Amino acid sequence: MAYRFDTVDDVRTRLKGADYLADEGIAGVVYLADRLGKPIIVEGPAGTGKTQLAKSVAEITGARLIRLQCYEGLDESKALYEWNYKKQLLRIQAERNTDSTWEELEDDIFSDEFLLTRPLLEAIRADDPVVLLIDEVDRVEVETEALLLEILSDYQVSIPELGTVEAKQIPLVFLTSNNTRELSEALKRRCLFLHIDYPDLEREKEIVLTKVPDITEALADQVARIVRSIRQIELKKSPSVSETLDWARTLILLGVESVTEADAADTINVLLKYQSDIAKAVKELSDDKGGQRRALGKIAP
Amino acid sequence: MLELLNGFMGELREAGLPVSLTENLDAMEAVKHIPLEDREAFKYALAATLVKNNSHWRAFETVFEVYFSLRGREYTLGGELDDLLAGDEDGDGQESPEGMDGMKGSGGGGESMTPEELAEMLYKALQNGDEAMMRALARQAVKRYAGMEPGRPVGGTYYLYRTLRNLDLDAVLDKLMQQRKAEAPDLSTLEERLEHDEYEHRIEQLKKEVEAEIRRRLVADRGVEAMAKTLRKPLPEDVDFMHASREEMISLRKAIYPLTRKLAVRLARKRRHGRKGPLDFRSTVRHSLSYGGVPAEPKFRYPRPSKPEIFVIADISGSVAAFARFTLHLVYAISNQFSKVRAFVFIDGLDEVTRFFEGVDDISDAVHRVNTEADVVWVDGHSDYGHAFEVFWQRHGHEVSTKTTVLILGDARNNYHASQAWVVKEIQKKARHVFWLNPEPRSYWDTGDSIVGEYGAHADGTFECRNLRQLEKFVENLT
Repeated sequence: MAYRFDTVDDVRTRLKGADYLADEGIAGVVYLADRLGKPIIVEGPAGTGKTQLAKSVAEITGARLIRLQCYEGLDESKALYEWNYKKQLLRIQAERNTDSTWEELEDDIFSDEFLLTRPLLEAIRADDPVVLLIDEVDRVEVETEALLLEILSDYQVSIPELGTVEAKQIPLVFLTSNNTRELSEALKRRCLFLHIDYPDLEREKEIVLTKVPDITEALADQVARIVRSIRQIELKKSPSVSETLDWARTLILLGVESVTEADAADTINVLLKYQSDIAKAVKELSDDKGGQRRALGKIAP
Repeated sequence: MLELLNGFMGELREAGLPVSLTENLDAMEAVKHIPLEDREAFKYALAATLVKNNSHWRAFETVFEVYFSLRGREYTLGGELDDLLAGDEDGDGQESPEGMDGMKGSGGGGESMTPEELAEMLYKALQNGDEAMMRALARQAVKRYAGMEPGRPVGGTYYLYRTLRNLDLDAVLDKLMQQRKAEAPDLSTLEERLEHDEYEHRIEQLKKEVEAEIRRRLVADRGVEAMAKTLRKPLPEDVDFMHASREEMISLRKAIYPLTRKLAVRLARKRRHGRKGPLDFRSTVRHSLSYGGVPAEPKFRYPRPSKPEIFVIADISGSVAAFARFTLHLVYAISNQFSKVRAFVFIDGLDEVTRFFEGVDDISDAVHRVNTEADVVWVDGHSDYGHAFEVFWQRHGHEVSTKTTVLILGDARNNYHASQAWVVKEIQKKARHVFWLNPEPRSYWDTGDSIVGEYGAHADGTFECRNLRQLEKFVENLT
C-alpha cells in the first residue's frame, strides 16, 4: 500500500502549505498514523486546532472529509447505518398483489437499495480517499463507544442482514476529545494519542502571522506575548488559539499598532469569556507587580 | 534495542502507567518507521503509542529522560560547548569529591572561571536568550555547585536545590528587570510585565536544563534502573493529601479543576440516563405515526429524583487542612447536584462558611477565604472535635432534617479531649446519612489520640480518603 507521506518533515511542510503550523509532535504522530494505519485520538483544551488538524490533513492529501459530530444519544442508526423502513414498507405493500415468496421479498428488502449509509459506513465504503473525523467523541456515552471499536481496529462494519463490509482503503481517522470524561481503555488502546496544548510563543506568533493577513510582525509578537502572560494567570478558561486570532483581528480593525494597557483592557472580552476572568486579568496586567509574584527557585531540599 | 525498550516499558508500568501488550507491540512497530537518530521523533513515537492520558505525560517524560539520557544528541552538543567553556571535560566520573564545604565554588579540576565570571556569563545568556549558552552554563553550574559525589544516596532534588541556591536566580531576575528599566525608563506597566514574563520563561528553561543535567550525571553514576526508581513520582491522582510536597500540591490544584468538571458532567449524565421514568403516552403515540400507527418505539419521561441536602463539617487544622480544602472544592463544584450545600469548618471552635461560597464563581478563591477568615479558634487552636460538635449541635442541630446528608471530614485526632460522640449519634438519628471521611491510611486509625472508631460507630460509613482518586469515587457515589 502506498503511503501518503514520505517523512515527518514532508507532513510538516505540506501542512504548512495548508496554513496549519504543526510542531514536531503533531507532524510525527500524523506520519505514524499513516504508516501504522491507526486512528489518532486528538485531545487538548478547546480551540487549539484539533478539528482543524483533520481538515487540513484532508486538504493536503486531497481526500474527502467525512465528519461525524458526536452528541449524547448518538446511536447506531445515526452513526453507522439504518434500514429505510418507510421504503421497505412501500415495497412490501407493492409486492402484496404479486405472488412472490417471502424469501424473495426478504432478500429484496434487505439489500443495498434500502440501506441508508451514515458517516462511519460511508467512510468505509468510499472509493475515493477519505479522512474520517469523529468529533468530540467524549460526548457519547461509554456504551456507544463500543460502536466505534470494530471500525477503528479492523476498518470493517458488520451488518447482520448483509454481512461484513470491509474498507477498500484504510482511511485516516481522527477522533477529537475535549476530555470531559475518560475514554474507555478499549478505545484508547486502538489509537495513537496526541495531546495538543497551547502553542509556545514562537509558534503562536507564526500562527497569528499566517492567519491574520495584514498584521505587522511587531504587533503579532506583542499579541503572542500578552496571551502567554494571560495564560499564566489562574483562570477558569485560558484564551485559546482561535481567541488569540480573533483578538489580533480585532486589534487590526481598530487600527491599533502597538497594544497599550487601555487597548488591552478595552478588547480583552474577545480573549476571555468569563466576567471574573476578565476582572482578574485586567487587574493583573495593569498591576505593578511587587512581592505577590511567585518566587523562583525556592524548592525545599 | 528490544531489551532496552522492554526495560523501558517495565519501568513505565512500575511508574503506574497502564501499558498493555498491544500498545507495547504498537510502540515497537512505530519505532521502525522513525529515524532512530532523531531523539525527538523517537520520543513522540513512543509517547503516541504508550501514553494515553495527558496527566501521565510527566511520568513518561521522566522515565524517558532517564532511560535515553545518555544517548541523545543534546549530550554530544553540550559536551562540545563545555569544552569551549571550561577547557577540559574529563567526564562525569572524574569529578573530584567535594564535601559540604566544597560549594563555595572552588570546583573540580581544571576550571578557570571564577564564580563571578560564571554569574556574569549566565546573566548575559539570560538577557539575550542564548539557548546553547544557557545549556552549557547549566552544565557548568551543576558541576560546580551541586557537589555531586559518586555513590552518595541523595535524591536529585537535593542537588537541584544546592545548585539553584548558588545561582540565586531571584536576584538575577531582579537585576535583569532593573537593567531593562534603566535602558528604557518609559516602559508602561504592561510592557514591563511582558518583559518580566519573558525573563521568567528563560529562567524556567535554565532550571529545566539544570535538572536534566543533574539527572544525566546521576544516571551515569548509578545506572538506569536505580535512578528510575528514585525518580519515580506518583501520578497526581495518587498523591497522598497529608504528605504532599509543595510541588505536588500545585499539581493537585491543577488536577482538581478538570476533575470536578468531569465529575459534574458524569453526574448530570447519570441523572438523566440512569433510570427511565414512566411511559410518556403522548410522545409514544406521536412517534408511532411513522410506523403506520404501531407503537414500535415507546417513549419515557425523564426521571426527576430528589436532590439531597449536604452539610459538610470539616476539620481545617494544619494536619488535614489540605484534605478539607480539596473536599470543599469538589463538593461545591458539583453543588448543582444537591438542593443545598452548607459548609462548617472547625478547629476547636466552629464557624459556618457557607457565606463565602454564595454568589462566587471562583471556588478556589472562596476556599482560600475559608482558610484565612473563618473564626474557628476557641481556646488554643488544637483540634477539639468534641467541643466543635457540641457547638454544631447547639447552633445548627435543629436544621438537620431527614433530607440531609452530613459529611464529617477529619482524622479524629482529638488531642485527648472529651469525644462527645453522642452528638454524632443524635445527628445520625435525624439525618438521612452521616459519613465520615478520614485522610489517614486505615492502619493508623484508632492509634494514638485518633478516636475515629468511637465516632464511626454512629456514622453510616467511614471511608479512607487519601488521594484524589478515592475522594472522587466517594463523591460520585454520594449523589
